[in-house]
Order: sequence, then C-alpha cells, then structure tokens
Amino acid sequence: MLGIDDPWIWGVYVLCILSALLCVIYGIINWNRGGELEALEIKEEAAWEAVEEEMQEKELGL
Amino acid sequence: MNLLLLNIIILIYLLATLYLGYRGWKSTKDSEGYLVAGRKTHPYIMAMSYGATFISTSAIVGFGGTAGLFGMGLLWLTFLNIFVGIFLAFIVYGKRTRKMGHNLNAMTFPELLGKRFDSKFVQYFSGIVIFLGMPLYASVVLIGAARFMETTLAIDFDVALLIYSLIIAAYVVWGGLRGVMYTDAMQGTIMFVGMAFLLIVTYAHLGGITSAHQALTGMANLIPEKLAAQGHMGWTSMPIMGSSWWWTLVSTIVMGVGIGVLAMPQLVVRFMTVKSNRELNRGVLIGGVFILMMTGVAFVVGALSNVYFYQTQGNISINIAKGNADSIIPVYINAAMPEWFVYLFMLTLLAAAMSTSSSQFHVQGSAIGRDIYETLTQKKGSGSILVTRIGILVAVLIAVTLGYILPENIIARGTAIFFGLCAAAFLPMYTCALYWRGATSFGAIAGMITGTLVTVFWYMFIHKAEAAPLGICKMLFGRDVLIAQMPWPVVDPIVVALPLAFLVTVAVSLVTKKLSYRHLEDSFRGLR
Repeated sequence: MLGIDDPWIWGVYVLCILSALLCVIYGIINWNRGGELEALEIKEEAAWEAVEEEMQEKELGL
Repeated sequence: MNLLLLNIIILIYLLATLYLGYRGWKSTKDSEGYLVAGRKTHPYIMAMSYGATFISTSAIVGFGGTAGLFGMGLLWLTFLNIFVGIFLAFIVYGKRTRKMGHNLNAMTFPELLGKRFDSKFVQYFSGIVIFLGMPLYASVVLIGAARFMETTLAIDFDVALLIYSLIIAAYVVWGGLRGVMYTDAMQGTIMFVGMAFLLIVTYAHLGGITSAHQALTGMANLIPEKLAAQGHMGWTSMPIMGSSWWWTLVSTIVMGVGIGVLAMPQLVVRFMTVKSNRELNRGVLIGGVFILMMTGVAFVVGALSNVYFYQTQGNISINIAKGNADSIIPVYINAAMPEWFVYLFMLTLLAAAMSTSSSQFHVQGSAIGRDIYETLTQKKGSGSILVTRIGILVAVLIAVTLGYILPENIIARGTAIFFGLCAAAFLPMYTCALYWRGATSFGAIAGMITGTLVTVFWYMFIHKAEAAPLGICKMLFGRDVLIAQMPWPVVDPIVVALPLAFLVTVAVSLVTKKLSYRHLEDSFRGLR
C-alpha cells in the first residue's frame, strides 16, 4: 500500500493522518463548548487581583 | 545565492519579532501577565505557540536527519506527537491543568505541583531539575540555529550564536510570556507555510506519493552493511525487533520524546494561559494539523531524501552528508529546492528555533524567580520578576557556553535526554496531581526523586551512548557500562525510570498521610 510493503510503516503513515483528522473533528464538534465557567472564573480573578495589589502595596510601599 | 535579499528578508522578520515582543511588554503589568500572559490568550495564539514551542530546529533538522538515517519508522513518533502530544495532552491533561492552575492560582508548572501537594520542596526541587536539565536542550536548539546562520549568512558560528541569543534574550526578558507567545504564533505560521511547500515539492520531484515510496522501498539493498548488522531493514521497514537499532528507535526516539512531551514545563504552562476549555477544544484542531505538517513532513522528506540523492548523485543521504545526520536536511534543501525556497526554509528554521528557545529561557527564568527564589525567601511581587529576568540572562549564558562545547551529532540526542528526564521526574506526580485525590506529598516527592535519580544513574552507568562518552563508569568500574549484555546498553532510561517512578509514587502515597480534605476540595473545585 502507498508503495510501502511493511504494514507497520504504511499503517503508521495512515495513522498519522487519521489522528490529525481526529483532532480536526474533535475541534469542530466542540468548537463552542467549554466556555461556561468563564463568568465564575472572572470573579475569582478579580478577587486575586485585589489580593495581589494589596501585597504589592505592602511590599513596595506604594 | 543572493545574500543581500536574504539579509533583507531576515531583517524584516526580526523587526516583526521585536515589534511583537514590544507589544507583549506594553500589555504586561504584573507577574500574572509576565508568567501566564494574563490567562486570556486567543486559541489560535495558544495552539500555535504550543506547537511552535514543541517543534524546534531539533525536530525538523535533528530528527528529520535521523529519519534520513533510520527511515519512516520515525513516523511512530509523529503519531505519538499528534495523539499524545496534542489530543491527550490538551483533553486529558490540559483541561484539568487549566482549571487546577486557576483554583490554586499557580503560574508555573512547578508551582502547580508544589501547591497541589502542599509542598515547597516539590516546587523548588522541580525548579532545580528544570534549571539544571534544560540548558542541554536549550543549547542544542541554539546550535541548530547558529549552524544555519553560519552557512547561509556567511558569518562566523561564534558571532551567529551571540547575535541570535541577544535577540531572543531581549524580547523574552522584556516581553514575558505574552511577548513569547505573540512571536511564537507568527513563527508558527511561517513554519507551516515552509513545511507545506517542502512536502509538495518533494513528492512532485519524485513522481507522486506512491512512486516516491516505491522507489525508497526498492532501495533496501543499499543499506550499509554496518547498519544492516544492527537491524536496519530499509527505509520503509521497521528494524528487526529486539535489535539495537530497534531499541534506539522505539525506546529513545519514539517513546522518550513521544511521551516526554506530556510533562514538558514550557508546554504545560501554556494550558494555564487560556481562560476556558473552549480555547483548548479549538486548540486541538489547530495543533493536530500543525504537528502533522511539522514532524510528519520532516520525517517523510528526511527518508525520501535518500531517493533524491540516489537518483541524482548515486549515493544515500548519510554518505552525502558525510556521516553527520544533522546535515542531511540542510544539504537536501540546498540541493533539491528552488533558490527562493531555500530562503523561505531558512526563515522557517530560524522561526522554529526562536520560538522554542524563547520559551526555554522563559521557563528557566521563571524556575529561578518564581519557584526557587520566591519559595525559599517568601518574597513576592516585583522583586521576583527581577530575579526571573536575571535568571533568563543566566540561562542564555549557560546555553551559549554549552553551545561552544557540545560535539556534532548531538541535536536529536540532547533533545531526547531532556524529554526523558522530564517524563520520569514529573509525569507520575503530574498525572496523580490531576486525577488522584489519594496521592500524598511524600508520594509525589518519592516518585520525583526516584524518576530523576534512576534517569541520571542510567545515563551514567547503563545507556552506552551517554555512559561511554561521559566516562564516569569507566573511571569507577573500569568498563564503559555496568551491564554489557544486550539489550541493556541500548534500552533508554525512560523504559525503566518512568514505570518505577509511577510505582513509587503510588506505593508511598498509599502508606503516608493524606492531604487535608479542605485542601483537596480547593484543588479540585469544578473538577469531578
């Protein structure tokens, strides 16, 4: 197949293309999924920022 | 060759790079910006940056040349690069890493592990392993880039090494991870275009896919006797199972690099730069295609270069390259490609090298600043960014120094050593950190130390390719390796160190004190 006799080699040649296809299909199916937690995490970040600022003020005396 | 034109192209490229580094610097105000790019990175930038950091000159020139020698069996590495390095890495490791990194407010890979296991030792020991192990990998990438600048820009190797390092140091030191990732994305795009052309032109040259492969299959009788005796069966066949050639291909090249990628600190940190799993889902698509075009193309073209050289010069690639596998790809490009492509490919290589180097230096700097200095002194804030910046400069200096010292034929091996070390030291505890609440601090520490020590011991006393040139075994015991019986001198440390480290992590965790319920709840918030 594909000019290669050893099935371990043409097999992996095909496998490489299939696994890249798998990535493409997974990406398309889940293109818009997974963004749900954003709002919660943005709140958490605001809280961190406050702490970080306080820390820098203390340290640098600003 | 039109040196003026080439210099102008490279100058424009470098200016664009510096501009993006400057953009990164302008939008970075605090350590979160400097270390994890503010956690709001665009999926294209994240995925391209991951891919371009993953793939260096080492993958294209070093491993592509290795494929010129070993043949298409290296495609097993491409398969692992895509399936493990992108698919599993993003979905199984990336999503949980992002969330847990967020829960624990971790900004580096060692910090994630240290906070998860509530152990400062884990954090600074990991920082030390990274800072001491990375220079080898960093310097082989530097060597690749400087060798190419030496031959194409007609400047001295030492000068090339210095210029290249100064440019990278400039935008990494000032731009932080934002600067690194912006430039990575541009460099990744250039790499993609360059490799796509390389594949198309090579197949077109050799009369199409099937006939090119057929010609290579028909050349099996041309394998040098010395290699055939070690198990080489031809460029489109796997080596004889159990032969020394087979062990090197399967254990060092395919497994070492293919699995090691999961625990590479400069790649893991990228999962912590995006704001939600949606960016990672999209990144899988971009990353999968990108990696196929990088290592897939490099290995196929590397192997097929044998056909080209045999048809045009009557000899196989490794002989044309005078025995140095690192030269096969550059020699092939110069001989087989149109002149304009040689320029484009040079830019591709420069981009590949710079995108990897920049992250290596960034991660070494953060290991010193955040993981070692901050953890040991308890000082936070702007002082540690300064230490990080100094750490980056020290890392550049060490890599440049090593660049002058290291021998030829080192690129692929140097890469494999660092990937193997990271896999053995970090992968067991990293996997347990994400998936097993029962893992304890002592378990993590015991596993990490086991993985590190077994790997170092194996390189010094068992694995011949390193033990013999190092000479420590010879000095102490009067022979090159402790066990001369096959296959041990060719079995890569990862085969032993990784399972052993996993076992130790689990066994010690089972008999030591669990982490507090509250700490686990905090770490696993939002994770099932």
